[in-house]
Amino acid sequence: MNTVAERSETGTFATEVHVYEPHKVGLPPLGTYLRQLWRRRGFAFELARSDLRGKHYNTAFGQLWLILNPLFLGLVYFGLVEIIGRGGGSIEFLAHLLLALFAFRMVSGSVGQGARSVVGGGKLILNTAFPRTLLPLSSVLTCFFLFLPTAAVYAVVHVVAGLPVTPQILWGIPIIAMMVVFAAGAAMLVAAVQVYFRDLTNFLRYMLRIWLYASPILYYASQVPEKYQPFLYANPLYPPLTALSESVNFGHTPSAGLLVASLGWAVGAVIVGGVFFISREREFAVRL
Amino acid sequence: MTYRTTIEKKPTFKKTLMRLGRHERVVRTIEAIRDISFDVPHGTVLGIIGVNGAGKSTLMRSVAGILPPTSGRIEVHGRVSTLLALGVGFKGDMTGRENVVLGGLAAGLSREQLDEKYEEIAEFAELGEFMDLPMRTYSSGMYGRLAFSVAVNLEPDILLIDEALSVGDARFKEKSFDKMHELCASAGTILFVSHGLRALRKLADEVIWLHKGEIAMRGEPREVSEAYKQFLDLREDDVADEDV
Repeated sequence: MNTVAERSETGTFATEVHVYEPHKVGLPPLGTYLRQLWRRRGFAFELARSDLRGKHYNTAFGQLWLILNPLFLGLVYFGLVEIIGRGGGSIEFLAHLLLALFAFRMVSGSVGQGARSVVGGGKLILNTAFPRTLLPLSSVLTCFFLFLPTAAVYAVVHVVAGLPVTPQILWGIPIIAMMVVFAAGAAMLVAAVQVYFRDLTNFLRYMLRIWLYASPILYYASQVPEKYQPFLYANPLYPPLTALSESVNFGHTPSAGLLVASLGWAVGAVIVGGVFFISREREFAVRL
Repeated sequence: MTYRTTIEKKPTFKKTLMRLGRHERVVRTIEAIRDISFDVPHGTVLGIIGVNGAGKSTLMRSVAGILPPTSGRIEVHGRVSTLLALGVGFKGDMTGRENVVLGGLAAGLSREQLDEKYEEIAEFAELGEFMDLPMRTYSSGMYGRLAFSVAVNLEPDILLIDEALSVGDARFKEKSFDKMHELCASAGTILFVSHGLRALRKLADEVIWLHKGEIAMRGEPREVSEAYKQFLDLREDDVADEDV
């Protein structure tokens, strides 16, 4: 879709011109697509805002509720790990667990919600021409906004645990940013696949759970026995979560290898997810 | 415009696996539109008629950019506003106001433009306090009124209407007709699909008759609707003429 949008001074005749042609190899001209996407970013924000309003994000009690859920989950896991006796039961471990859990939930929430974003947006897709990527991206925005209050809770735990407050904590910002980018790519991928396989959300439930256990959240990455280490590296969230732990929890500069790997996963996910989604999106209108 | 669709309502992994064993194919190729070529000058009101399944809605959606063509080229000069049968609301849980804002943003309007237009839209639709209630509480007529109001009040250069002319009570119908006349008069272009032949004769400058994805006839409303009526072997009474 090519659009050149200019309005004449009198505003009577728009000189907007839209040209629709078949896509070669399934991908529309990306420059225009991305421009259109940027132009309508307000839609993604507004959709996220409506969603959050539905979850009572804008009231004090609503926010409290949204914090208590992951917090209790974290405490339950902490209790479980204590019983099994591997985690060590220290408050530093609790801090690590909570931070990793909250960050992980941001990604898993984006994937879960993103999967439903396109099939749930049926009527709008059939009635209006807009870049469909706005739908999974708005899920990512929602989950990011849900992550923010939990980050505040973590800050409290961090201070109570007596963990060091160093400039290294600022590494958390680019790391979270990379996780958000990764989440966007993953959300786009599953959103598109869901259109073709409507039971994907059923599988996703289990896959996300396994992903939780396979990530260094309920344990430290260093505690994983040698023979399982390769599985750890295959996990796209292993680099960012470990880097997050190193920098924010313990005040060390995260290793370059982890940062590069996080970046690689993030960029890879966006490219794979984005290309797959954008090349298929015109089929959504006929498949929904 | 050819598209592939599945005849399964809900494709799942399980069904796919079952199908693989039996070598069944459930994906159908549908040639919705074959060879069509036409120009619509600015300011024309074009009516589109045809039997169900002729490709009218697909044509409208192609012009709107919702279904890009598989071959050929579509050039649209101006801002398009659509009123396609399913209407504006897309999340029943959200209020009319939220749906209008989201619809506007998705269509590419800026915040300022939307804020300006919102009052006009709400006034035209005459839904009062229902604007702030979830859309699932609306009756189908209210739904249609809001959709119509959104589509016409966005000052489109080109308005596409798909079988949605007969929404609302008699008073709203009158208002809609007047608004449509206004739009026609202000050199706007309107493409509309209708099965109500009287509406076509009243409003349209030209009519295209689509049949099985091709243009069967194009010309003056009276001529084309007569030919269409003859083709369908219709009785000479009001049923076909009205958009009931």
